[in-house]
Amino acid sequence: MWRALGYLRGYRLETGGALLSLVLVSGASLLAPQVVRFAIDDGIDKHEWPKVQWAVGGLVALAVLRGVFNFGQGYLAERASQGVAFQLREGLYAHLQKLSFNYYDTAQTGNMLTRLTNDVEQVRTFVGGGVVQMAASLAMLLGTIVLLFAMNPTLALAALATVVPIFWVLKRFVTKVGPMFGRVQGTLSRLSVALQESLQGLKVVRAFSGERREVARYGAINDELRDQNLSLVGLMSSNFPLVNFFANLGTVAVIGVGGVLMFRGSLTLGELIAFNSYLAFLLMPIMTIGFLAAQIPRAGASAARVFELLDTPLELSDAPDATALPTLTGRVEFKDVVFRYAGSEKPTLKGVSFVIEPGQTVALLGTTGAGKSTIINLIPRFYDVNSGAVLVDGHDVRKVTLSSLRSQIGIVLQEALLFSGSVRSNIAYGRPDASLDEVKAAATAAQAASFIEALPQGYETLIGERGVGLSGGQRQRLAIARALLTDPRLLILDDSTSAVDAETEVAIQAALDALMHNSTKTAFVIAQRISTVRDADVILVLDDGQIVAKGTHEELLANSPLYSEILGTQLRGPTVPTASNTSSRTEVA
Amino acid sequence: MRRPGGIEAMAEATVQRANDRAGVTKRLLRELVGYERTLGTAMIFVLISSVAQAVAPWLVGRAIDGSIFGSDVRGHVLLIGLLLVVYVASAAAQRIQSRLIGSAGQRVLANMRAKLFRHLQQLPISYFDKRPIGDLMSRLQSDVDTLNQLFAQGFTQLVGLLLALFGIIVAMLWLNWKLALACYTIIPAMLATTSFFAARARAAYRKTRETTGDVSADLQEGIVGIREAQAFNRTEVNIARFRARNAANRDANVSATGITSAFSPAMEVLSTLATALVIGFGGWLVVKGELTVGMLAAFLLYVQQFFRPVQLAASVYTLLQSALAGAERLFAILDAPVEPPDVQQATQLTQLQGRIEFDHVSFAYDPARPVLQDVTFEVEAGTVVALVGRTGAGKTTIANLVPRFYDATSGTVRIDGHDVTKVSRASLRASMAMVPQEPFLFTGSLAENISYGRPAATREQVEAAAKAVDLHEFISGLPKGYDTVLGEGGHSLSQGQRQLVAFARAILTEPRILILDEATASIDTRTEMLIQKALTTLLAKRTAVVIAHRLSTIANADLILVIEAGRILERGTHEQLLAAKGRYAELYRTQFREGPKLAAG
Repeated sequence: MWRALGYLRGYRLETGGALLSLVLVSGASLLAPQVVRFAIDDGIDKHEWPKVQWAVGGLVALAVLRGVFNFGQGYLAERASQGVAFQLREGLYAHLQKLSFNYYDTAQTGNMLTRLTNDVEQVRTFVGGGVVQMAASLAMLLGTIVLLFAMNPTLALAALATVVPIFWVLKRFVTKVGPMFGRVQGTLSRLSVALQESLQGLKVVRAFSGERREVARYGAINDELRDQNLSLVGLMSSNFPLVNFFANLGTVAVIGVGGVLMFRGSLTLGELIAFNSYLAFLLMPIMTIGFLAAQIPRAGASAARVFELLDTPLELSDAPDATALPTLTGRVEFKDVVFRYAGSEKPTLKGVSFVIEPGQTVALLGTTGAGKSTIINLIPRFYDVNSGAVLVDGHDVRKVTLSSLRSQIGIVLQEALLFSGSVRSNIAYGRPDASLDEVKAAATAAQAASFIEALPQGYETLIGERGVGLSGGQRQRLAIARALLTDPRLLILDDSTSAVDAETEVAIQAALDALMHNSTKTAFVIAQRISTVRDADVILVLDDGQIVAKGTHEELLANSPLYSEILGTQLRGPTVPTASNTSSRTEVA
Repeated sequence: MRRPGGIEAMAEATVQRANDRAGVTKRLLRELVGYERTLGTAMIFVLISSVAQAVAPWLVGRAIDGSIFGSDVRGHVLLIGLLLVVYVASAAAQRIQSRLIGSAGQRVLANMRAKLFRHLQQLPISYFDKRPIGDLMSRLQSDVDTLNQLFAQGFTQLVGLLLALFGIIVAMLWLNWKLALACYTIIPAMLATTSFFAARARAAYRKTRETTGDVSADLQEGIVGIREAQAFNRTEVNIARFRARNAANRDANVSATGITSAFSPAMEVLSTLATALVIGFGGWLVVKGELTVGMLAAFLLYVQQFFRPVQLAASVYTLLQSALAGAERLFAILDAPVEPPDVQQATQLTQLQGRIEFDHVSFAYDPARPVLQDVTFEVEAGTVVALVGRTGAGKTTIANLVPRFYDATSGTVRIDGHDVTKVSRASLRASMAMVPQEPFLFTGSLAENISYGRPAATREQVEAAAKAVDLHEFISGLPKGYDTVLGEGGHSLSQGQRQLVAFARAILTEPRILILDEATASIDTRTEMLIQKALTTLLAKRTAVVIAHRLSTIANADLILVIEAGRILERGTHEQLLAAKGRYAELYRTQFREGPKLAAG
């Protein structure tokens, strides 16, 4: 929490100005009832008309003063708090962009988004508005109490007596309402999951006649939410009127005791009325402090979550003596590489060594979990090896700058992610300044040009969440175009196309062929298709974190049983009736 | 994509219908039916607390006058006692009315949510085709929430405040009409100020919402697309773009707050002006002897209470507007027609054989763009039909017509000779199972997911189904076995495993007809073999409609239908179609051209 407050240091002027404005506002507020008292006692009561005029003028002046500084306070506090939020978000975002894949493997998107939005907002409201208001409320409270005692100690005591129960009621309310809100939030999010699933799984629900059960499931959570809301209503309706009552009791006390004091002549009418006005000044700060106090634990928890994320160490960053990687020829070497994913017990790669010469096409083959994806993730240094080394053109990837390394590698990831934006901006993702001609050339090479041109606005067609939907094959080809546009020396393809029809498949295949046979690039391909594998210069067959065979298609057919097994049905041709020959090793990772 | 014309037109009509604000208000009020007595009782207490609020300042004024002029201690005590009674009554009435109204509101909301959800479950599937899930979600959440705010804060306050305002106005006029009228001159200034700021605030907050939307979209993409960002060296560009949007959001917020933080001081200045007016004009009246000092004090209290309702009324009005807009969107859902009910005396299908017949079936979402045209075919009980063709050819539509997810535009779909529109949906679907391409798993245990179609199944039956698809071994290996709870979307399982769970789910219902959209997802060959084997079990002795992608499935099918542009282009077995050297043979060559070569080599 203190650390969050530290961010205000960058906004000294705003924070200081807001505080000063608040002091002036409080001063003007405290003065106003005195002017009213003066008007009544010295003006109206004594029938001195000019004094009344003075008082009226004074009141208006005070009101304007208050208005100006109130505005200043609100505006400056907002500037400070928005500034803090800006800095926090900026820091978080920049940090997130640099966190390693390792972190993202286990992190949840929703969770991170919550931290960047809700948690930052919590911290913002508290740090910005809360702190200033808290200080102002305390000052106001103390100022009022001092003034009350100065005017009339007896009446002050009577008025303060009614404040004690208000304080007590608020405290009780605040401690109860916090956890209750938490429960309501929890139930709300469960309700939202139930709704979302019933919509996403619509056809499954209908096909299996699950409508009634969905209604029952939703209904149960809905009832729970209603009951929690009802107890919230109960809590509010029993506490707020009570606070109001005690506040009114203050008026009763002031008028009652004050009336008696007036009989004795120890209190003037103006003082009585001023006293009554001050009651509101007692109540307001107490309410504010009460609600702010309730926010502190929440804001504190939010701040903790924000800073936890901000403090997550960057596992991967440039070494202090990192050099820029010169233009690559494309030689890749793995030297006895051992790699273990964070949190897993067994290493995924158990001593992998190989050398790939510039311009070669490498196919990686193996069962799920054998380590194919891991190998391609180590080349652009998405992860660091546990032991051994990955060398590119003889340079250890840990000893060169990340940006010089990655800018020379083009990657097509398994699930091609498209961003909301135009087709063009998606292809130019890795090179935002590319010209339209360059984009078109990349699209043509990736066999994507024809379908792009058929889109309503061609290259300017919006895709992604709010735009036109694309098929799996089209997305894949855009991803290939994206990789091609960066003109990489080293190309990495995770080619596991999902759900595409035959023609698309042919198109993708053509795009891949064009890429792989470009001898100026070294290419790594994770392939399922036999056609891809067959044309590779080198095939690496992986099993359980080790390279078990290496060679060309013909060589491996001749001497690697695992190779034949993995290619399985594809080798045996289309007339295979049923797959009866299942391996005893069920791969389900 | 799909633009169902009929529904579009209907939706437009409902929008028009619901657009009528008065109509929406009436319908909203109709939701309160059943709570009339509660709300009526609440109104009595609202009245009591309003009267109390109007009377209290007058009593204070009397007490003050008494204090100045008389030494009537008994009178003073009496007045104070009376004041106390009024305040107690006011607090009690407030408590009762807010509890009554609040709890009625929460019950109405819960009913409404349940009603909406039930309605969604009954809407035809075509309703969902063109509506993003996010949109429906936000209606059921945000829009219901705006109603919640209205019920929770607005409604009670609005009624209470209006009554209090009325009481105060009457009391002020009664005490001194001249001073009262003078006070009222501030009201137009107040309303003008409010509307001045409200217009500017609306524009400013629109800007704020837009920039906030930009920021969160950027955040989302920044996180979801992190792998791309790092792979393509985009992090610095992204950070710079985010900084710009983040700054725009900050500035929009600051200027919006600039407006709102000018508003309340402006209102305070006005309300102080009113106080000054009371003291100035009131003081003059006191000097002239037309007003007592106590009544002047009472007026001061009235003026303070007077402006709160006026200010709050403005915010309640905004609340009311957004609640009505929300209600309008909710009613639009409720107005969408549900699936046509089963015809009267619908046949209950029992002991299905599984014969499927499409008799000159055409289907269109939009009359101008037919999806299926004159499709006729028969599938004998216990045989497999494979649907082959391009994406968008109409394969999925054919599959969707069998369980009657849609109704054919013309022609008839028959199961065992029964027109599907004449049998009860439940009995029709009870004998069918469906495996979608992307298997959908619910949050819950594995056992619950497998038994989704037959919740009453015993553990043994669930296990048997899992064994049939070679999933038992894997599940038993999990620490909690069948009670392992899956996260949202079942993402803790691999794609292949999710597929197998969907198979097990289908098998457990012992369907006579299976509708299967084969997945061609990225699964390695071994898992693929498991799936292949499970598929063989699944298809055995059942009628199956398969949207086929696997060659082995297609080659083994009893009938292959090649679909193109909504028509059946070719039909026959694998051998027949190859021999015909038509579209199928062509597809076969392009898709599987490598196969024979390899088999030869």
